[in-house]
Amino acid sequence: MSEPTKDDGLISVNIDGVDVRCRPGDNIVEVAASAGCEIPHYCYHPKLSISGNCRMCLVEMGLPGKDRATGKNLTNPDGSPLIQWFPGPAIGCGTKAAPGMHIRTKSEMVTKCREGVMEFLLLNHPLDCPICDQAGECRLQEFSTHYGRGYSRFLEEKNVKPKRTVLGPRVILDDERCILCSRCIRFSREIAKDDVLGFTDRGSYSTLTCYPGRQLENNYSLNTVDICPVGALTSTDFRFKMRVWFLKQTPSIDTETSVGCNTEVWSREGKIYRITPRRNDEVNDTWMPDSGRVLYKQVEAGNRLQQSLVRGQTAALDEALREATALLKNGPVAVVGSGRSSVEEQFLLAKLAAALGGAKAQLVSRVGEGDDLLVSKDKNPNVRGALVSGLIDALPEAKLDGLAASIDSGKVKTLLVVGEDLTLAGLSEAQLAKVAIVYIGTHLDATAAKAAVVVAGLTVFEKFGSFVNQQFRLQKFQKAVPGPAGATDDLVVLASLLANVSGSQAPSTLESVWTAMSAERPVLAGLSYARIQATGTLLDGAAWSGLPFVETKTLHFEPAAKPVLAVAGA
Amino acid sequence: MPVSETKLLMKYADEPGYTPGIESYLAVGGYEMLKKAVGMKPEDIRGEVKASGLRGRGGAGFPCGVKWDLVDRKSGKPIYLICNCDESEPGTFKDRQLVHKDPHQLIEGMMISAFANDVKFAVIYIREEMPKGAKILDAAIDEARARGFVGSNICGTGFSCELIVHRGAGAYICGEETGLIESLEGKRAYPRIKPPYFPAVLGLYNCPTIVNNVETLCNVVHILRMGAAEYCKIGRPNNTGTRLWCVSGHVQRPGYYEVAGITMGQLLYDLCGGPLPGRSFKAIVPGGGSMKILRYDEKFKGKKPDGAAYEYGVDDIPLDFDGVAAAGSMSGSAGMMVMDDSVDILEALANLMQFYAHESCGQCTPCREGSQWARKITARMCSSNAKPGDLDTLYDMAGNIGGRTVCPMGFSTTWPVQSYIDKFRDEIEAKARDNRCGMPREARLIQK
Repeated sequence: MSEPTKDDGLISVNIDGVDVRCRPGDNIVEVAASAGCEIPHYCYHPKLSISGNCRMCLVEMGLPGKDRATGKNLTNPDGSPLIQWFPGPAIGCGTKAAPGMHIRTKSEMVTKCREGVMEFLLLNHPLDCPICDQAGECRLQEFSTHYGRGYSRFLEEKNVKPKRTVLGPRVILDDERCILCSRCIRFSREIAKDDVLGFTDRGSYSTLTCYPGRQLENNYSLNTVDICPVGALTSTDFRFKMRVWFLKQTPSIDTETSVGCNTEVWSREGKIYRITPRRNDEVNDTWMPDSGRVLYKQVEAGNRLQQSLVRGQTAALDEALREATALLKNGPVAVVGSGRSSVEEQFLLAKLAAALGGAKAQLVSRVGEGDDLLVSKDKNPNVRGALVSGLIDALPEAKLDGLAASIDSGKVKTLLVVGEDLTLAGLSEAQLAKVAIVYIGTHLDATAAKAAVVVAGLTVFEKFGSFVNQQFRLQKFQKAVPGPAGATDDLVVLASLLANVSGSQAPSTLESVWTAMSAERPVLAGLSYARIQATGTLLDGAAWSGLPFVETKTLHFEPAAKPVLAVAGA
Repeated sequence: MPVSETKLLMKYADEPGYTPGIESYLAVGGYEMLKKAVGMKPEDIRGEVKASGLRGRGGAGFPCGVKWDLVDRKSGKPIYLICNCDESEPGTFKDRQLVHKDPHQLIEGMMISAFANDVKFAVIYIREEMPKGAKILDAAIDEARARGFVGSNICGTGFSCELIVHRGAGAYICGEETGLIESLEGKRAYPRIKPPYFPAVLGLYNCPTIVNNVETLCNVVHILRMGAAEYCKIGRPNNTGTRLWCVSGHVQRPGYYEVAGITMGQLLYDLCGGPLPGRSFKAIVPGGGSMKILRYDEKFKGKKPDGAAYEYGVDDIPLDFDGVAAAGSMSGSAGMMVMDDSVDILEALANLMQFYAHESCGQCTPCREGSQWARKITARMCSSNAKPGDLDTLYDMAGNIGGRTVCPMGFSTTWPVQSYIDKFRDEIEAKARDNRCGMPREARLIQK
């Protein structure tokens, strides 16, 4: 990066003797972090309003002195600006960068402040870290090691507060661990727009609670667990299931809607334990809906396909592919793809559809209620991927009436279906009985039950791939756990079928698919899987801007009120 | 010659036969100043108040005129005036007297201030524990409205200002101006972070807001009546006007006294009658429970105008903002608590700590946890369980509270703890030692 110049609108703030360039008004905690200097904090969260109550981020602050009479800058004998230090500490989170501001984060006063605050926080906090469910993710633990005095002078009895208070269907509060940072309250009010939490009682008897007759039950309630800096709020689903330091984190994408929230999948030994949001300021900030967190349960669902099937009987993959190829070659084929398949899978399916007679594949539209936050109306994560990959040209319809008519008139003999239950898309069981179905999917649904050939595929947690979200942002997901032994990556399945049908080699790995895609699809030119950025790569969706997409806006935090600068003298 | 009170605010209220009704107030020239004010230019009234040097009587002593100057008058938003009647500092009961005995004086002061600051809506925020005061104020506002002194078209001039009484739910923090505003907005009374949000710019409903104490607003009437120049003659420079001192504890005549320009000794002896028979003064808490304690035998160093140093005692402390500050404490809300030699200073501290631990609003970690810790340590020291090092822990821990919180009330724990230990360490340590091996606390207290 080039050195910022004077007229770039940036100012200089001195942190512990080092000048740091930042925008005026930037938060000092963030400015310090950008300079590699940690200002510990609990109540401050970059996406929430400032409450300034934990007092952990106290720093020393000074400003260039001005002569009151003349208004001229005061200088030291060597000509440098004279810094007037405030007599007491200031909170970093509530301090905005101003030209020439000086901050000390390691001085004697700051050290004493932090030790004091840590000591206070731990007074009534149970020191039962070995059994606390937040161990491994507890900032109280971390900061007490980094900034605490190392021992407690507290000889009194601790306050006894309730344990296992149920705040809602998915969140449990251990009151005695709460440090009253109010992040959860502010999140509920400002982000989830469900003002349901508050404090009751005073002093060190203050406790977090729901308003009378209310519960923390909105679809974003588990975000409060993510942002709780200590072990007070826990997820009923994950609580006491696994120590976080045993878990592997895999970046993934929430597939429930076209928003494509960035997620982190936490697994161990092939088993997924939880899903949490991954920060992407362009997509989901640091949040995700509760509904997306339980999707990992589909991995071990009772109707999960463990093996390929030929006419209802378990079959080896080779046999299933042979049967499928025969059926596909047999007669006029209609292809129904999925808005839940990855871009790569959709690209291969498009190739396969072309090889089978040139007809475009169809997609099933899935439209429901959006919440104007992180759940959009389009319940498919990758409709735009299908446009980008060339699988479809027009938006999918909810009911496949055209297909039903083709089946009835005998124009279609074979159906190639990827992951869709056609009985939900307007086709009757009688219609399905008229055709031979090749089904590639993960779960046994009504269509799979009618299929002549079923090829067991992998869920989003078990493979690599990418989706294009509602902003035309190409985002990749990675394999967190291996799938069932009898299931196969759709890419391999589709490539095999394509090779069988066309009689030529087909790309079957991500890299080779991408080589083909970037060559064929102008919108993906120059891209490869490895070059998709961690926070996604925005594609040019102009070619499809005229299509009537169903989604509304995405969530982004905007402060309720514009900050007003302090008045003179105050 | 013994001093006497300088009665300004309480001039009529203490007269026999004077009632809180409007007739009494009108009979002594009430609301004449409001009539005069609405004929003046608002900025002229503000100028008078500023020139008078009136300092806020709520505790901090910030100049009232300067506070009014800070109001953002260009925002286009309505300006609000709030009378802070959430008097709850231990030892302070002056606002209650003003409200109970002369409510119209407050109403007139508020209406003049409202006119001077273009306020159309004013509130008296009164503490839950003053139900009688709230009733008196409600009745008085009705009377004043019926006479055209409150509401629309005040005194027939076209100026309108509504005035209501709002009853708090009873929390110490509601006396802090931003906590009060939050409470008034229907929220939990947590103080706001400052800067950047000062009430003068973003107060009630994010509009410019003036929060003044009851006594401060009452003074506005007299500033207008006397003129700033004349008003400045009362008291000392930078400490103009009278102050209502609430004296409680071990004096012969506890109560409230309106005085100006006298010393602490004159208040204690001439007005309050000195110590109880057979007793002697031990300590003074000058300005309400949160202020630093003074030892009665303490000596302070002063400088005469010619630069010569001299020593003076508690009795010679000038009884005003600067005088008490020079002695290392603050006059605060003027709630003077007097302790004689019968007082167990450790018990007194434990008592105060119980109050502040109970009243800490719980927003900031240091105050929330520290005040409770101080309560627990002092209570334990008062029982038979003091440990060596308790005082050092207490002292150091208290130092981690004040100045590290959103609002200044963290000092309410820090200042008493540190000053009591500074001034009475030997005695507290001895008491703690005695308590350890002595009789139960209740028995000791009864014996006294």
